[in-house]
Amino acid sequence: MLATAQTFTLDGISARPVRVEVDVRRGLPAFQVVGLPDAAVREARERVRAALGNCGFEFPLKRIVANLAPASLRKAGPGLDLPIAVALLIAAGQLELDGAARMALVGELALDGTVEPVNGMLAIAEAAQERGLETIVVPAANGPEAALAGGLRVICLESLGQVAALAAGEWAPERPEPMALRLQGGEGRPDLADLRGQRHLRHALEVAAAGGHSMLMVGPPGAGKSLAASRLPSILPALAPGEALEVARIASSHGSLGPEGPAGRPFRAPHHTISPAGLVGGGNPPGLGEATLANRGVLFLDEICEFRRDALEALRTPLESGWVSIVRAGSRRRLPCRFMLVAAANPCPCGRGEDDPECQCEPLAARRYQAKLSGALADRIDLLAAIRQPSAEEIAGPPGEPSSAVRERVAAARERQEARLGPGRCNAEMSPAEVRECALAADAAALLSDAYSRRRLSGRAHDRVLRLARTVADLAGGAAIEREQMAQALQLRRRDRE
Amino acid sequence: MSAPAACPGCLRRARLLAHLAPYVEKAATRAPGSRSPELLRLSNEDLAAAVAPQAAAQILAGVEAVPAARLEADLLAARCWACCRHDERFPGGLRDAADAPWALIGRGDPALLGGLEPEATVTVVGSRRASTYGREVAREISRGLAAAGLVVVSGLAFGIDGNAHRGALEAGLTVAVLGCGADVAYPASHRGLWRRVCERGLVLSELPPGTGAWRWAFPARNRIMAALAGMTVVVEAAQRSGSLITADLAADLGRDLGAVPGPVNSRFSAGANDLLAGGACVVRDAQDVLDAMLGPGVRTAGRPGAALEPRLRDALAAVESGEQTCDAVAARLDVPGAEAAAALATLEALGYLACSLVGTYSRTMQAAPDV
Repeated sequence: MLATAQTFTLDGISARPVRVEVDVRRGLPAFQVVGLPDAAVREARERVRAALGNCGFEFPLKRIVANLAPASLRKAGPGLDLPIAVALLIAAGQLELDGAARMALVGELALDGTVEPVNGMLAIAEAAQERGLETIVVPAANGPEAALAGGLRVICLESLGQVAALAAGEWAPERPEPMALRLQGGEGRPDLADLRGQRHLRHALEVAAAGGHSMLMVGPPGAGKSLAASRLPSILPALAPGEALEVARIASSHGSLGPEGPAGRPFRAPHHTISPAGLVGGGNPPGLGEATLANRGVLFLDEICEFRRDALEALRTPLESGWVSIVRAGSRRRLPCRFMLVAAANPCPCGRGEDDPECQCEPLAARRYQAKLSGALADRIDLLAAIRQPSAEEIAGPPGEPSSAVRERVAAARERQEARLGPGRCNAEMSPAEVRECALAADAAALLSDAYSRRRLSGRAHDRVLRLARTVADLAGGAAIEREQMAQALQLRRRDRE
Repeated sequence: MSAPAACPGCLRRARLLAHLAPYVEKAATRAPGSRSPELLRLSNEDLAAAVAPQAAAQILAGVEAVPAARLEADLLAARCWACCRHDERFPGGLRDAADAPWALIGRGDPALLGGLEPEATVTVVGSRRASTYGREVAREISRGLAAAGLVVVSGLAFGIDGNAHRGALEAGLTVAVLGCGADVAYPASHRGLWRRVCERGLVLSELPPGTGAWRWAFPARNRIMAALAGMTVVVEAAQRSGSLITADLAADLGRDLGAVPGPVNSRFSAGANDLLAGGACVVRDAQDVLDAMLGPGVRTAGRPGAALEPRLRDALAAVESGEQTCDAVAARLDVPGAEAAAALATLEALGYLACSLVGTYSRTMQAAPDV
C-alpha cells in the first residue's frame, strides 16, 4: 500500500517542499530510503524502526521503500524522520489521519519516540503557509517558533505515540503562543555605560551608529577596542518587526535561536583564523557565513591585519551589495548580509605604536603591517578612531552615559536620514550623486576645500568626509553642514597613505 | 654642455667592486682597518688581494678583459651615465676625499651634476626606524633647504631618508646616493620615490648598474654622502645608527655637522643628542642650517602660521605636551570628544598638526604666531 506525507527541507535560510512517499508490499523484509538523502536522512531508517517499536506500533516485516520527491533536490537534516514514520504507519494500515494532504510534518525522532526540535523551523512554517497548507505538526520545542508564521494550525508533538491519539480524535492539542520577537537587546546585554572616560571613542561610536558607517579602531592591546565594539549593537536603533523576523529566521536556520528568541541586533566576532567560506558562507553543502549571521547587526573583525587576505577580499562584494550569493551545481542561494563592519588593529605588530620608544618592530615589518591596514578593506571603511589606554582616573571614575540615551539620539538621526534618502537607508550608503546634494555652509565648504588641497585628499576620501559630516549634522539636527561639524568629520575620517 | 664621461679604467674599477662584492661582504667588519670605506681606499690589486687572495688574479684578469665598448653599452642599456674623477664635472666635494669613488654612475639629468658643490649641498640623514616627529622634521627641514636653493642629499632608505627626499622634492632638488646600482630601487617599496628622484633630481652610485644591495655598500655610500655636502644634518639616530657613520665621516673630512635635538629620554634621538653634546651644530629648522652654511641672515621661505583662537591654542598645547590621540586631548582639556575632534581637524587643516595612518597626531614645523 502507498501513503504520502508533506514535509520541507532547509536550503540556506529558506525551506523547500518535499513529498515523502512510502510503499509497503510483500517481499523480503527491507527498508530503503531513496531520493537524494544525505547521511542524516539515510540514518532515519534506524531511528524510525526503533521509535515505532518503542511507541507501541509494529514495524512491518515487509519490503518498504521511502521515496523523497522531488528526486533532484538534496535533502538534508533529521527533520524527515517524523513524516517518514507517519507515512509508514499509514501505508502499513496502522494509522488513519484525516486531512493528511493539507498537513506538513517536521521533526527528528529519538529512539524512544520523543520528537526532537530541528533547525530552521521558522522558514519551514513560512513555506508551509505560503503553499496554502492548513496544519503543521512540529516538535514541541519548535512550537513558539512555528507559530510566528501565522495562518497555520500548529500541533506540538512531544512523542510519536501522540500521533495515534491525534488521529483518533482523542487529543486536542493546545495552540502554542508565538515566540516574542525582541526588537532591542534587553537587560543584561552589554551597555555603553561600561565605557568609562574615552570620550572621543564614544563620539566616534555614536557617529558610526548614527550613519551606519563602518569603522576602524587602532590602539594598543587592552585599550578597550573589543569592549567598545560589543557595545555598538546596544546603541543602534531598535529593529523593525520585519527585520527582527529576518534575524530570527537566520538564527533559526543556523541553529543558534534560543527558546526566548533573538535578543535584538546580532553581534558576531569571528576569530582571525576564519576561512573565506566561514566568513561569507560556502562549503558543500553551503553553510551560512558570519556575514549573514551578523545581518542587521555588527560584524567585528578584531586584529584585522591578521585575517587571511582572501577572507577579507571575499567580504568586499557582500559589503557593497548587502547580499552573499553562493552558486553550486544546480543551486543558487542569495543570503542577506547587511551589517555594520567594525575592525580593530594594533598600531604596529608589537602593539605599542611606532612613536613609543619601547616599540621593537623592524621598520619594514611595521610598514608591511600598516600597508595591510590600508589595504585590507580600507576603501570600505569610513571612520577611524585612535584609541589609547584609559587613565587610572578614568577607569575609577563614574560610568559613562548609558546606551539608552545614546540610542535615542542615534534613532533621531536615522529618522532624518530616512526622510531624506528613503526608508531603511542611511548616510553610509549615499551614492556620489546624493553626496553632492548635501547642503554645506560656506565656511564648512571652505574648510573642506582647504583640507582637500593641503592634504591632497582623493576624490573617494572627499566623499567619505561629506558622508561623515552629513551624519554629524544629522545628530545635531541641522539642515546644512556647519563648519564645526565638517571639522569633526575631517578628524573622524579614515586616513589614506599619502 | 656635453654629457659627462668616464674613462674605461674608472668604469673597470666599478665593475671590479661588483665582482668583489661577495668577498668584501665577508672581509668588511666594524673594526678599524677593515671597515668598508677603508677597504675602498686600496688600489685594484691590493683590494683584490686583501679580500679574495685566492681568486684575485682571476677576477682582475676577467675585469681587464672587458672591452671598453661593452662597459659603455651596459650603462646605456640601464639608462645610466657615468662621470669619473678625471672628468671636470666630477663633484668637487669628492675630489679632496682620499677614499672617494673613482666614478659615479648616475641616473637622472646629468646637467644637475654641476650644482653638486659642497657649498650648496646638505646631506640629511637619520634612522630608518624613525618617529613621526623625526619624519615630520626631516621633511620640513628638507623642504626649507630645497626652497632656499640648496641640494638635499640622502640615502633613499626608510624613515628619515625617505622623508628628506619627499620634502626636498616638494620645493627643489634632491640627490639620492644608493648602496646598490643606480638603476635598482632599494628598498623596493620606495620604487615610486626612486622614480620621482630620477625624474626631478639625481640618483648616484659607485657600483655598476644591476648590482644588488650588499651590507658593506651602505657604510661605503655614506662616505660619498658625507663628502658631497658642506654640511651633514642628523635628524634622528639611535645609539648605533648607520647615520652616525655618515656623521663621523663628515667630521673626518672637516665638514660641518648638525643634529636635530630630540627628547632626552627617547631611544630614537639618543645618537643625535650625543652629537649635540659633542659639539654639533643645533638644527631646529632649515634656517639654522642656512645660518651655518651661508652665514646668518639668509632667509628661507618660512612664513608664520595663522592666528589661533584660545580653544585651538589649548588643543595645540596639549599635543605639544605629548598627547597623541584625540581621546587624550579631550581628556586633558576636559571637553567633549566632538569638540576636541573639531579642534584637531582645524589645526591639521591650518598646518600645525600632522596625523598618522593610525590616527595619532604630532606637531609640524609650522610656528604658531603667538608662541
